[in-house]
Amino acid sequence: MSDTALEPSAETRHEIVSFMIRDQAYCLEIEHVLEIRGWTKTTALPHAPSYVLGLMNLRGTVLPVVDLAARLGLGATQPESRHVIIIAIVNEKTAGFLVDTVSDIAMVSESDLQATPNVSSEQTSRFIQGIYMIGDELVRAINANEIVPNTGLEEAVA
Amino acid sequence: MSELSEMFFQECDELLEGLVKSLGEIESGSADDETVNSMFRAVHSIKGGAGAFGLTAVVSFAHVFENVLDDVRSKKLAIDDNVVALFFMASDQLTDLIDACKSDGEAAAEANEKLVEELSDLHSSVNRDVAPELEEEISFQPMALDLGLDLAEPNAGPAEGQKEFEITFAPRLALYEAGHEPALLIRTLQDMGELSVTADLSSVGTASLDANAEAWIVWHLHLKPDAGVDESTIREVFEFVEGLCRLDIETSDTAAFSGALPDMEALSGLPDLPPAVLPGLEAAPEAAAETPQPPQSELQSSAQIKKKAAPVNNTIRVDLERVDRLINLVGELVISEAMLRQSMSGTDHERRNSVDDAMSQLRQLSGMLQEGVMAIRAQPVRGLFQRMSRIVRETAKEAGKSAQLVTIGDSTEVDKTVTERLVEPLTHMIRNAVDHGLEAPEARLAAGKPEKGFVTLEAMHRSGRVIITLSDDGAGINRPKVRAIAESKDLVRPGEDLSDADIDNLLFRPGFSTATEVSNLSGRGVGMDVVRNEIQSLGGRVSISSTPGVGTKMTISLPLTLAVLEGMVVIVEGEALVVPTLALRETLQPGQAQIHEFCENDRALSINGQLIPVSDLGSALGYRKHLTDLSKQVLLMIEGDAGQRAAIAVDKIVDQREVVIKGLEQNYMSIPGISAATILGDGNIALIVDTDQMFSTQAPEASELSVSSGPRRHYDNAGTEHHV
Repeated sequence: MSDTALEPSAETRHEIVSFMIRDQAYCLEIEHVLEIRGWTKTTALPHAPSYVLGLMNLRGTVLPVVDLAARLGLGATQPESRHVIIIAIVNEKTAGFLVDTVSDIAMVSESDLQATPNVSSEQTSRFIQGIYMIGDELVRAINANEIVPNTGLEEAVA
Repeated sequence: MSELSEMFFQECDELLEGLVKSLGEIESGSADDETVNSMFRAVHSIKGGAGAFGLTAVVSFAHVFENVLDDVRSKKLAIDDNVVALFFMASDQLTDLIDACKSDGEAAAEANEKLVEELSDLHSSVNRDVAPELEEEISFQPMALDLGLDLAEPNAGPAEGQKEFEITFAPRLALYEAGHEPALLIRTLQDMGELSVTADLSSVGTASLDANAEAWIVWHLHLKPDAGVDESTIREVFEFVEGLCRLDIETSDTAAFSGALPDMEALSGLPDLPPAVLPGLEAAPEAAAETPQPPQSELQSSAQIKKKAAPVNNTIRVDLERVDRLINLVGELVISEAMLRQSMSGTDHERRNSVDDAMSQLRQLSGMLQEGVMAIRAQPVRGLFQRMSRIVRETAKEAGKSAQLVTIGDSTEVDKTVTERLVEPLTHMIRNAVDHGLEAPEARLAAGKPEKGFVTLEAMHRSGRVIITLSDDGAGINRPKVRAIAESKDLVRPGEDLSDADIDNLLFRPGFSTATEVSNLSGRGVGMDVVRNEIQSLGGRVSISSTPGVGTKMTISLPLTLAVLEGMVVIVEGEALVVPTLALRETLQPGQAQIHEFCENDRALSINGQLIPVSDLGSALGYRKHLTDLSKQVLLMIEGDAGQRAAIAVDKIVDQREVVIKGLEQNYMSIPGISAATILGDGNIALIVDTDQMFSTQAPEASELSVSSGPRRHYDNAGTEHHV
């Protein structure tokens, strides 16, 4: 665990789970994360957006698995056993997110969140709500509400 | 909301349900004395509970209502149609008041006042000759008490004429055995005014130890009540020990008493009231026997309790979520069992015999367990139907019509989720039936029908489904008018050849509304198309039939439960899918059928001289590109509601089994062509095919459905829109 994590600066602190996708660091707030599992084959879904890999069975609950790399526009992942699925709950919906590896759980404070650089890509501004500097690593904070499938009608059609 | 108040509201719902049921019995003439008693008890319990939660609006309304019910109970007031109508309105109002408390909102004050006035008028009209206070006392004879209490001087006590109470509280052993504590009850009384307590210890050591015998200590309590405390309030304190004690309450005038409290020592020396001095009990000598007979009044009340207990089912209230969790767990168990069985099949033969026995037993047990758990969710449709009777009354009143709901088969059991989600569509259909279906009273009389229109709601089980029919005895669908409207709204081409059934079904088309002017009742922004969508999302179907001048009948057919489905497991492009057996008519082996090609890769199957469209399930769901050769495919013949047929091609059939339905909307969204998912024996997920969307003739609607974010949300939107 890095030094910053141990010395929180403000009182509004929360924990984040950081993970890697294509050598880039991302994180989700820990209250969204239910558990982390290894990759298992999913059941293909018809008429699904390309970033939805299919359905998985988590102890009797059927939930969709999202290829986070594809969702973020980094290209589709060929899932294999080394990949990890982060099970997250957002807006009372449970979904799995396929990532390369889970790296750390860190304590951050709200004030550490830096604004997303003003880049043109709509995907970036929509899915990344800010940046944390943990040590000398740049960690992109994912906007959980936007990243889940089924947030808007346009995706249901897409 | 706290757990306690939640329990109270749940109980209220049940009591109100009972109340409406009793009213229905009265209306249909099948009521007896016990019906009125049970109504009185229901209102009284609501009043008591509401009092405990400080819901004053409910208490005061329930009080007025209760008074009138008491008049009926004591046969001072005869029930006629007007009284029944008033009672219906009163119980509706009571429901509204409680609902308002639930949501911290406010019920319509105007209607409340008017009803309270009407009820009070009724109450005072039958009690004109009886002084209001006296009436409560009638059943009690004045008691000549010979207690030290009576002797002291009256001092500045309560106002002149204020009643004081002499309470004799003789717990039986059973009271103690049930864990009640007299001290707590006495303390409650203390809060109601000035209280003096005397323990009568004279029988200590003499009585038998039979649970029904009175305990050795008898309490004499003298209460000078605060304002607002009357006998019924005192009785409420002892409500929970009813039947576990002897309780006598006597009223006496202030003048006879003092406020001074004689202490225990002073009294214990006095000769105590022998148990024989009991009000209302003529057979004094008998009561003096070692095990005193309970007084008559008590016998009566315990008889009443028994009677009350008899018709009530022995039920418990369980949080739906818990049941669902149990269902999920049992589903898991069944899956694990199947996985275990699969992995056991690899082991060597000798070990397997004994394992097989155990396994088959496990399989049987888990199957039974699953069945049993599913049955928990089944609920009679009675509650749903009763809600509908209110809709009929209100709609009829607003429309200036006279209508009555007749319910048949209201003990038919349906999955609770189904009944809950039926409320809105059914409400809408009932409003339509009363508003559009039934004619105005004059028109009815002119047509030789009784002025009062009847709307019949019937539920029954038929071949694994629940059929709910809603029929009215109105004028039937005005087909020329429907057609004219449909033409004006471009739903059909003018002069198009339409059968009667086609015209009737126009009512279900989106954007269709027959009311020339949008009335307050039916024109709520939702049409029959939304009703149909909602029912379809429950896995149900709705159809309509009508005879001019005789009435209209709507039939809803629903699955018994949303949780399980009988299906055929098939493989398409390596993926397992489930086709519901319900829609399945027959299966055709490869090469068995003759397939004809048409343009645009359309294909049809000729069988029994009929041409049936064929589609490949794999390409329909986007698993593969168009499949040119169907000769190696198995064909499943499916049939829709209206008898339309289609064949779907799959790679192979694996198995036929019951599957547990797992909804997709909960964590994902609805998928065109797929109704839900399930988990197979090996833990893998299989999608359940929505066969209704496999008929190409329905294509325009199916595609529309896939674009909208699900019919349910659409319905909600329309509903809220109207309320704003």
